[in-house]
Amino acid sequence: MAGIPITGSLVGDSSRPGQRTWANAIVRWLFICISLLFIAAVLLAPLATVFIMALSRGIEAYLHAFADPDTLAAIRLTLITAAVVVPVNTVFGLAAAWAIAKFEFRGKSVLITLIDLPLAISPVISGMIFVLLFGLHGWFGVWLQEHNLSIIFALPGIMLATMFVTFPYVARELIPLMQQLGNNEEEAAITLGAGGWMTFFRVTLPKVRWGLVYGMVLCNARAMGEFGAVSVVSGHIRGLTNTMPLHIEILYNEYNFVGAFAVASLLTLLAAVTLVIKTLVERTGYRRR
Amino acid sequence: MAGADRAPGSRVSFRQPSILPGFGLTFGFTTVFLSTIVLLPLAALVLEATSMHWADFWHTVLSPRALGSYRLSFGASLLAASINLVFGFIIAWTLVRYEFPGRKLIDALIDMPFALPTAVSGIALTTVFAQNGWIGQYLEPLGIKVAYTWLGVTLALTLISMPFTVRAVQPALLEVQREMEEAAETLGAGRFYAFRRIILPTVLPALLTGFTLSFARAVGEYGSVIFIAGNLPMKTEITPLLIVIHLEQFDYRGAAALGLVMLVISFVMLLAINLIQAWGRRLQIRIAR
Repeated sequence: MAGIPITGSLVGDSSRPGQRTWANAIVRWLFICISLLFIAAVLLAPLATVFIMALSRGIEAYLHAFADPDTLAAIRLTLITAAVVVPVNTVFGLAAAWAIAKFEFRGKSVLITLIDLPLAISPVISGMIFVLLFGLHGWFGVWLQEHNLSIIFALPGIMLATMFVTFPYVARELIPLMQQLGNNEEEAAITLGAGGWMTFFRVTLPKVRWGLVYGMVLCNARAMGEFGAVSVVSGHIRGLTNTMPLHIEILYNEYNFVGAFAVASLLTLLAAVTLVIKTLVERTGYRRR
Repeated sequence: MAGADRAPGSRVSFRQPSILPGFGLTFGFTTVFLSTIVLLPLAALVLEATSMHWADFWHTVLSPRALGSYRLSFGASLLAASINLVFGFIIAWTLVRYEFPGRKLIDALIDMPFALPTAVSGIALTTVFAQNGWIGQYLEPLGIKVAYTWLGVTLALTLISMPFTVRAVQPALLEVQREMEEAAETLGAGRFYAFRRIILPTVLPALLTGFTLSFARAVGEYGSVIFIAGNLPMKTEITPLLIVIHLEQFDYRGAAALGLVMLVISFVMLLAINLIQAWGRRLQIRIAR
């Protein structure tokens, strides 16, 4: 990685005052090398390992890992969870962005801080709060048991924990964007007689669509990959309440490395796709802040 | 900001008038959803922890095992945030100032730790830095053990919190006025002097914000750490893991007490970030004059 020619294009540096060009060149070379080495050791090596380990016994063993019914169940559970959580948080994000960006009211900054709160909280705590409420010894534990309902160690708990963790993603993408775009067009639409919903779907939504895609993609990536919060509420029941990240842990602890890294390779691909979409969205002209 | 032609002088009401519809619906939905998913569960944690007797609370929170876990969690997080302070700055500088082949790819890859599920980074890092791993095998003869030690914990925390510093510093570096820098150099200021007097003041708030964000994220991290940590009580056991252990023994109170400690720290970090950013804005104005 370090062997990249440093005499390439000198776009940023060529306009420097001439005196210290040799010093500039050394600093430049050093900085590029340090950056690349650091990223290679900390980021690229682990990424490559995922695929090399997954394919270490050949393609057949790799594909065979996905024939395991428990693995398939984990993939299905992860997809179901994301299919519920992402739309719900998207609707929330749109509502929150409309209320916050389109209107001036007291306590707005407090509301924004509260929406961002889940990002500052440890995933373990995010899962634990639902155990405290709905767990066997939790506040509603007895009541739930009497009515034969289970939230913790079941699908609803997994969805709740995931919803908590991914709660801010769409909202915090849309709020600054909608604030920046202003209200003029919406106000014109309303004045000209359009209804509220029509204004939202015909005027606002097309304007913010890339920001929306951006937020949803990030929300989805986190929803599918969440480990800590889901681990606390899931109960790790094989084939029933194991999401993909939790299933990776089980397979890894059983020394089934091909299986663990095979599932991990799917999630890594998902992360790569997420980054590609993110880059494409940024290229459409939508920039963060 | 929003509301281009809002009526002046209506400070008495909760909300300033607007011709746009939907405030009641969106504001109501936002607050209700926020309360059910985020605020009520968090309140449950606080109530659960504060319903303990003081003696019990302190006994749990200050037990030797808990103290050992704080030492590791905070020590390793502080170290990881410091490593990212240095390398994050170098990487951000390289990406902003230098043109080299693969720069755009590296720039996109920086966000990988955000998109990659923590369980995947955990097992991949462990494999790379294990005794027989790609990098671990070269460190082993030097007497450096990474996997299953505090070093491994630091490494995992460094990886997952890396993007925060880079992404915080990049926009600030773009804002540094090259003319001023060049003027300083033509006027005979040394490189280091120009750096210290012109670049550092502009970038410092961003660096500190990145540091705090990295630290806050690292303290709560669970998924990537538990694979590489070894998880020995008092030695390589992080606080989030200790919470999970309490929960698994159905000691909800103990878990809530430790959770409260971490929650308080998260709030302090959030406050610190806000203060740093406010200070940064004031500093920016002073530099601009």
